[in-house]
Amino acid sequence: MARRLPRKDVVIVGLGWTGSILANELTDEGLDVIAIERGPWRDAATQFPPNYSQDELRYRIRHELFLRPDQTTFTFRNKMSQTALPIRSWGAFMPPNGVGGGGVHWNAETWRFLPSDFVLKTHLTERYGASFLPADMTIQDFGVTYDDIEPYYDRFEYLCGTSGTAGNLKGQIQEGGNPFEGPRSRPYPNPAQTQPFSHTLFAKAARELGYKPFPQPSGNMSQPYTNPLGVRLGPCTYCGFCEWFGCGNYSKASPQTTILPVLVRKSNFTARDNCEVTRINTDKSGKRATGVTFVDTSGEEWEQPADLVILSAFTIFNVQLLLLSGIGKPYDPVANTGVIGRNFTHQTISDAVGFFDKAKFNFNPFIASGSIGMCIDEFNGDNFDHAAHGFVGGGYMGQVQTNGRPIETTPVPEGTPRWGAAWKTAVRDNYLSAVKPGTGVHGSFYSYRDVYMDLDPTYKDRLGRPLARMTIDFHDNELKQNAFLTDRFAEIIKAMGAHTVDKQYRKGPYDITQYQTTHVCGGAIMGSDPNTSAINRYLQSWDVPNLFVMGASGFPQNAGYNPTGTLAALAFWSADAIRNQYLKNPGPLVHA
Amino acid sequence: MRSRPIAAVVALVIVVGLIGLAFALWRDRGQSSPSAVRRADGQDFAQIERGRTLTTLADCAGCHSTPGQNEPFAGGRPIETPFGNLLAPNITPDRETGIGAWSDAEFDAAVRQGKQRHGGLLYPAMPYPYYAKMSAEEVLAIRAYLDTIAPVRNSVVSNQLPFPFDIRASMRVWNLLYFTKGEFKPDASKPAAWNRGAYLVLGPAHCGACHTPKTTLGGDLASQALQGYGIQGWFAPDITNDATRGLGSWSVEDIVAYLKTGHNRVTAATGPMAEEITLSSSHMSDADLTAVATYLKDQPGRFDTTATIPATDPAMVAGAAIYRDVCSACHAIDGHGVANLFPALAASPAIRSSDPASLLRVILRGARSVATAAEPTAPAMPAFGWQLDDEKVAAVATYIRNAWGSAAPAVSAEQVREARRSLAARSD
Repeated sequence: MARRLPRKDVVIVGLGWTGSILANELTDEGLDVIAIERGPWRDAATQFPPNYSQDELRYRIRHELFLRPDQTTFTFRNKMSQTALPIRSWGAFMPPNGVGGGGVHWNAETWRFLPSDFVLKTHLTERYGASFLPADMTIQDFGVTYDDIEPYYDRFEYLCGTSGTAGNLKGQIQEGGNPFEGPRSRPYPNPAQTQPFSHTLFAKAARELGYKPFPQPSGNMSQPYTNPLGVRLGPCTYCGFCEWFGCGNYSKASPQTTILPVLVRKSNFTARDNCEVTRINTDKSGKRATGVTFVDTSGEEWEQPADLVILSAFTIFNVQLLLLSGIGKPYDPVANTGVIGRNFTHQTISDAVGFFDKAKFNFNPFIASGSIGMCIDEFNGDNFDHAAHGFVGGGYMGQVQTNGRPIETTPVPEGTPRWGAAWKTAVRDNYLSAVKPGTGVHGSFYSYRDVYMDLDPTYKDRLGRPLARMTIDFHDNELKQNAFLTDRFAEIIKAMGAHTVDKQYRKGPYDITQYQTTHVCGGAIMGSDPNTSAINRYLQSWDVPNLFVMGASGFPQNAGYNPTGTLAALAFWSADAIRNQYLKNPGPLVHA
Repeated sequence: MRSRPIAAVVALVIVVGLIGLAFALWRDRGQSSPSAVRRADGQDFAQIERGRTLTTLADCAGCHSTPGQNEPFAGGRPIETPFGNLLAPNITPDRETGIGAWSDAEFDAAVRQGKQRHGGLLYPAMPYPYYAKMSAEEVLAIRAYLDTIAPVRNSVVSNQLPFPFDIRASMRVWNLLYFTKGEFKPDASKPAAWNRGAYLVLGPAHCGACHTPKTTLGGDLASQALQGYGIQGWFAPDITNDATRGLGSWSVEDIVAYLKTGHNRVTAATGPMAEEITLSSSHMSDADLTAVATYLKDQPGRFDTTATIPATDPAMVAGAAIYRDVCSACHAIDGHGVANLFPALAASPAIRSSDPASLLRVILRGARSVATAAEPTAPAMPAFGWQLDDEKVAAVATYIRNAWGSAAPAVSAEQVREARRSLAARSD
């Protein structure tokens, strides 16, 4: 029997980026807020100080900062006809854990989606006709527009001190920025980071091929920065230990370096770490959340009553908690009914590795930051005419090589033996003179009727709860998209002067062991129709109005960008709606 | 700390010898009861508010409140002295275990004369030699404020000292030697801000309690006022206008920013000073902080010079390499760090203190800077004691103290070993 704790105004499930943003906004409103976090408290000087944060074995290979699969995991299959099996070692993406969540280990690539990405279904249908889209593609509009959330993109970028070059200021295209981006109300808070040699060489080659390269927007500081909350960040040292690592130098935007120092000083904020929420409780009507139940590390069960529940865990666990709590109708792909688990997506990543004459090129790949990079956006979203290509979607591409870490960075030309003296010689010969962008082509992943999440019928976690099950595979549209983009990308790498370009296309079936990105999205998507979305345009549950669901689980499909900028902007947008609309008149903010 | 056994023996001989003398010489040096009286109804808002301000200026909470406990002024916190620990008394209005039953005269005598309620003497861990500079009205305002605090029942036996220091009567001798009564008298030749600063520094803020060197008996060495002193495993640095180790290179604005926010362009506060800033100076008015800075900037330092250790010295060569490898990512190759985030070692006078205790402690154990409303970031320095051996810590400390045009005596591996030993028994 759970022990009941004193009531709070707000309980937040998961203290990552969106949980921290909501906690700060709602405590500013004067509400008494508690955040419950599954993992440990994390602090730079204690958990990833600069004297050992650059430990590739510890953080990259052994997953120091991530969830441990024996705490909880999920099951996976490609097709509905298969039996899913539990994942015992993370591969295709990295479920975060602990205070700061994915904001601790991210690369800090801080993109905005294109205006057309928010109205994707409408836009593509208008431009190409409904029959151009695959029959089983289930893309939707977000229910908000770029213009709706532009002010909130701006707030997140100024919170983070994002470094970048604006490409569109209030409709005026700016030299050196991304000409395809939506209009931004003001420049980035910091100038773009200085780009190392291979990145500038990529930009030169791209420019000569007629593209418009620009620096990747970066949450790594190009100079000292003080954000609007008064929290300070220091300049990035280009150490090359960013993604998968915490930043010990206060140089990467994270909840720790932008929000938490202010939040922890507030008397109306409490955090409980190492406590896992097991369900969202509702009253007898099922229409009102009464709080959450969680377990601590001793296995003790507690009930935290609250008037407002903010679900801000990682995509998979947001969806799993909704299913376990019986909130919203579970998605049924056969009947094509229900919403929870619907439109699950990931990303379509590929690479092209360039090998250069070592006598002429020394790239010093270890000089890098998490969001370093020169990119082009000509092939993202609907920035180009897809009519002749037979697919929709796209992605940015660029030399975005974030590191030369010794265990991972061993690019060798095709045909090199996999081990032994010849392999060692090839690694030595190519380490400094190869270009290995990693996520060189960062493509979209649109949604399909048979790509979804539900509860596994067989496997349970340590508490006896069914694991989340994902059913996911690549569809022809994404594979065609990737082949086209990878070829365009390889042309630029070739134009940089590479004597050999190894094109590493993304191929089906979807492989859960191969890392792509941690950008799994959907499953509790936002929209305008309660029959096809779990939450409304303010991220409010259609079924339980005092529950708001943050994060990329709300994306109806994934665009060709990193999701953090957009999910954080949506969190600020939702917080604004809670502060200025919901609290004045608690109840549904949209009447469908 | 190596000198403690010697100091103890010397102190024992002197104290025991002087006790007899003191009884012979003793005469009551106390003041008459204060003429000012509190309003009987305890509802004089102006007086209570003035008392609250003075209680903050005097940092009463620094000793009488225990960190992490939500019972202000309930006492019980161990106060470390070179002679042993004292427990701070309960000064809430609880009538039995606090000061609720004390008369105003008794309270005033304790604060300004170091007298216990029933005639005994307080130890100068209670900084009554400084508080004596306050007026009776001010002390009674503090009392008026403390009367509004929730009474807490918490019986504290303050005296935990070993023999012979547990003999309170020995304080009569101490008082004869080191205690001068009398309220602060402004110097008419100085501007108002200077006089206000002098009053705060010498009076309620009791800066010298930590920053002034002490005699073997723990009395202030008046001739070396505010020139720095080792306390509780830290070295409270020189805060005179000394160009090398003191505040000579800091502007008044630098000092005000440091005291108000815990951070400035040069450095950040940690350790006991972080506590002082949290409880006291971050709540002081800009005018008072400017006054403090004005007074400190007018205090002469030693201005003795130390030769810079040449860059070719083996310790400097090793230290430079270690610095580049493990320090420069934050503090920068040129030692200038990042203003208000990572201390500028090249410009930090405390780095060059005669006693490197604080520098060694921060290198070995790491340190978290103070968080204030104005500077909430509170960046922390990680510990390097597990990573660098004594020779390496000594080399990098020597380098930091002598690079970029600085000059300070070299740090030896033996000093690092001793610092490790003394820190082993200390919590952070």
